[in-house]
Amino acid sequence: MNSLSLFPPPGPDGNITLFESNNELVCGTSLGSRQKQGWEPPSLLFPRESLKPHSRPESSSKAAFLDHRDTLWMRSARAWRDSGLSGLLDEIANCTEEEVPRWLTVGCSWTLALLRWVSSFHGSLFPHLTLSSEDMVAEFSQVLDWSDCAVRAFAWHPHTDKFAVSLLDDSIRIYNSKSATAPTLKHRLQRNVAALQWKPLCASALAVACHNCLLVWHVDPTSLSTRPSSGCAQVLSHPGHCPVTSIAWSPNGSLLLSASPVDTAMMVWDVAGESCVPLQRVGGGGVTFLSWSPDGSRVLASTPSALFRVWETRTWTCERWPCLKGRCQTGCWSPDGTRLLFSVQGEMVIYALTFTDAPGEPHGWSGSSKAAAIVADLSETSFSTSQGQVRVGGQVQTMAWDPRGERLAVLLKGDPEAPDRPAMIAVFKTRISPIFELLPCGFVKGESGAEPRLLQFHPHFPNGALLTVVKNPSSQHFTAALQPY
Amino acid sequence: MFNSEQNHWFVRKVIFWRAAASVAWSVLLLPVTTALFAFLSRFSLFHPIQWISGGQYSFDFVLVVGVFNLEYYTVVPSVPCTKIALLGKVLHPQQSVHSLVHSMMGIMVTWCAATMIGGRYWILAAPCSEEEGVTGQKMCLNEYYLFFLLAGAFMGYSYSLLGVVRNMNYVSFQTIQQCKYLRFKGMLPQVVRYSAVQSLYSVRNYCLFYFFFGYIPRAWICTTLNVHEDSSLHRLDTVSGLLDFRLLYHLWLSGTFLLLTWHITLLLFRIFITEAYSFPVQSSFSEDVSQCLPKVLSEKQPLILKFLALQDLFLLSQQSLSRRMEVFSLSQPGGHPHNWNAICKECLSLLSDLSQRLVEYQEVVASNGRARPLSSHSDQRSTSSETLVTSGTEEQLQTPQQSIGLKTPSSVFLRSTSLGLHTPMTAPFTPRQESPFSSSSVNRFVGNVDPSSPWYGSVQSPHVMRRGPKLWTASTGSPPGSSLPPSPTTIPSPVPAAQKPGLFSLWLQNRQEQVCSRYSDLCLPEASSQALFADSQAHIWALEGLSNLVAASYKEDRFGVVQTMLPSILSTMLLLQEAVDKHFKLPHASSKPVRSTCCLEDSTFKTLRFALRAALKTAMYRITVTFGEHLHSVQMSAEHRKRLQQFMEYKE
Repeated sequence: MNSLSLFPPPGPDGNITLFESNNELVCGTSLGSRQKQGWEPPSLLFPRESLKPHSRPESSSKAAFLDHRDTLWMRSARAWRDSGLSGLLDEIANCTEEEVPRWLTVGCSWTLALLRWVSSFHGSLFPHLTLSSEDMVAEFSQVLDWSDCAVRAFAWHPHTDKFAVSLLDDSIRIYNSKSATAPTLKHRLQRNVAALQWKPLCASALAVACHNCLLVWHVDPTSLSTRPSSGCAQVLSHPGHCPVTSIAWSPNGSLLLSASPVDTAMMVWDVAGESCVPLQRVGGGGVTFLSWSPDGSRVLASTPSALFRVWETRTWTCERWPCLKGRCQTGCWSPDGTRLLFSVQGEMVIYALTFTDAPGEPHGWSGSSKAAAIVADLSETSFSTSQGQVRVGGQVQTMAWDPRGERLAVLLKGDPEAPDRPAMIAVFKTRISPIFELLPCGFVKGESGAEPRLLQFHPHFPNGALLTVVKNPSSQHFTAALQPY
Repeated sequence: MFNSEQNHWFVRKVIFWRAAASVAWSVLLLPVTTALFAFLSRFSLFHPIQWISGGQYSFDFVLVVGVFNLEYYTVVPSVPCTKIALLGKVLHPQQSVHSLVHSMMGIMVTWCAATMIGGRYWILAAPCSEEEGVTGQKMCLNEYYLFFLLAGAFMGYSYSLLGVVRNMNYVSFQTIQQCKYLRFKGMLPQVVRYSAVQSLYSVRNYCLFYFFFGYIPRAWICTTLNVHEDSSLHRLDTVSGLLDFRLLYHLWLSGTFLLLTWHITLLLFRIFITEAYSFPVQSSFSEDVSQCLPKVLSEKQPLILKFLALQDLFLLSQQSLSRRMEVFSLSQPGGHPHNWNAICKECLSLLSDLSQRLVEYQEVVASNGRARPLSSHSDQRSTSSETLVTSGTEEQLQTPQQSIGLKTPSSVFLRSTSLGLHTPMTAPFTPRQESPFSSSSVNRFVGNVDPSSPWYGSVQSPHVMRRGPKLWTASTGSPPGSSLPPSPTTIPSPVPAAQKPGLFSLWLQNRQEQVCSRYSDLCLPEASSQALFADSQAHIWALEGLSNLVAASYKEDRFGVVQTMLPSILSTMLLLQEAVDKHFKLPHASSKPVRSTCCLEDSTFKTLRFALRAALKTAMYRITVTFGEHLHSVQMSAEHRKRLQQFMEYKE
């Protein structure tokens, strides 16, 4: 088993990690020393001041604009349409004596109280249901401190040098290395973007997990327009399936999975037909995070409670994996789909699960190991650097495995109270065959004061693994670390 | 009923058993629904439960519904292009039989329901109430009972009618392969909700119907059975009579029960029939060769077999390494890749059929745009051209069976009653008979398109354009087939006697066209586009299967059998891509249909064209991503190379 104490200490303050060479991460003070690699990693800056977050609290300002002289019927109808049964009951219960008979008002308020009691009981079983939907996205997003971050989601295109960034003002920008136009996508329903993913085997389709629906944008790569119209977006929604916090395209590009923490079913979308098949399993209280194995045979689906499932995609049956401590925060698959690394909230370790069978063969399912093994210990370790003690370690926020299976990057949550324990990225060297190995490589360090928020590997970088890090200082910075080997 | 199609080994060995299993399961579920109904119908009054007798009868009706499902199902929906065609579909004799039988069954089921509820619904004629019936001999009509039975007939009829309007007989395939139990479990709540809502609508419509026309059946029953109307009770065709909530509740409950049993039977039938079937890729016994995948794929009938075979091809190409190896293997002895060749040829012919169909349609649209002002004598013109074609084929293929086939209007609900050369997979526009009055003769002679024929790829001939179908008509013209002589016979021969219904249908079609051009709201503009892609699920599977096999061959094909076909695969896909792109530039082609809210009204066929477009791009990208730069060494035309380059640069 691996632990952080085997790692080389992080570089001195003021230096940033530039690239990896001869098994160690090279630090430098300026970007100029990158020149010798012959490739300049792009760096984008999103000044926070230019991004105005939308302050649209639901229905708080509505009362000021609605005409209260409407008849009871109209108000009830609107309440029913806007917020369902509880809204209707609330509307009637708040009516005056002359509009509604007394017994109806009392009956409604009693029913409402009963409903609230039942839902609070339900909420005590699944505490996440009491959160507001924005808090829920922040809680279950892969981005560290989502609500505060200027970049809400990020996705590389699986085949070309193109990526999409979702920003705090609910817009999405698409940057392409080959063209100067950076289209900005805006849509009425595009709020609280929790995840982005490009459709594999397609140049244009981008799926966006939004506040109460799922959007699939079709951005024509040859178009020169900088503001594609909202007609280019398909809206996929299903009642009770919001907010959507995680999406996953199947690697062959045919299906789209979406998950919501309030819905126990995960949806399998046929995007062209705009139809979905709910895959319902009781228990867990919702689905928070999805990850499709690169060979397409399995899907990890974690729930808000201490349980996660691994679905196989031939007949869509699942294995239940009850965890001991907390919910499964994140997970990633090895490129051949036989190994799953995951981390659990409340524990500072990385677990591994092995699936030995070849999933293509008939009746070969259920060849997985009986228990997860701990492969890395990430508990807090002190390093003495020139600036003094630095403590590193903590729970895992997200992790990423590069497409060749040779590097694993783990984003460790820091402690916001303790300044000497920042969030940190630890990079491991991995080997899958003949046996699974996890060796320490080093810490990736950014500018002082910058905090890493999200990381992703470039999916098809020709000479090595290219790690992309979203950071959040006062302004938004975006750097890349190149790691040839 | 037992025609040659049903004697096919696949129908005998698989489809019948699947249908039987689905009916058996719905019968097994019947006691549950019946018990639920009995409980709900009298949960206020605690009578001893007497539902057992009623349950026995319902058993028969589920059997009948199951048989009807088997008889009427289709994998390719028929999309009426105009509202008149829809009307024709509804009024078709076969549909009338369907409606009639469903009305009868509705009466029977509500009779069972009435027996189970008991109380005032017990009997049709009862002794009159006391004040009047001093004599005791006078029998009075129990109007509640009559009301109930008529409601059953009404619901049965509306079920059948909505079934044809919403294409309920269309069986679509699932995007994911779930096991049957889980699929059923997932769908059951939706089906229950749907049945309850539909029943509510039926009750509303029925009450309106009875309010206005209720006196007719009542008077009729009274006179035929010689019973009297009980004047002391409320009449039911009054507002106060209909506002009997207990009656409405019982009516709604019985309607839900009725629809639920039928919908469950339908759901189970769909689930069972679309279950993936694994065909062997090759067999070492010669008697099994006809059941192997390459052979089965090339068969035209029954359609369900073809669809299941394509689905199996799709699944094996994606999931099973060992079966892919069989596809890529060489024959022993001889060393020929027969399996791969047969599969590839069949998929390619499917795809090129589709692109040809699209090209023809585009030409028709273009020519229709020009011909529109001349609609006054389009009657004549198209009649003569149609006659010309059919008479030409008459001379060629004169067998007694086919001339009989001319007289019978083909079924509304598909499963063509005669085999002939008619293949829905290649019929150009609406793959199935649309208007019952349309002459099916043209359809019947549609031959398979041979890529080697001089017509392949080039349909520029004015002759073809002339006999092409009209944009709005549901009727199908004959595509250029290898069976037709390429030289146009220009002398119109006298119309044979068997063509008489055909003439009528032509007249009707031309009327439709005229009506359509005048009152555009009568026409369903999107429908012709939907009809064009109605069987595209097959093409989607062919594309996916083929591209997956080609991508897998990069690593798994040891003998290089796939490489030889790569140029033709690429060119076929690029041709199709071109045709599809052009099609989506037509008006109405890219407008999205309204999403249906329920599971049972399957509207998958409405969006198949979008699915096909996406699948086509994915297939192209799958090949280009796998082969990458190697594709430059594949032989192809300059235009196709340019197009392929677009894909390799991810600019499509």
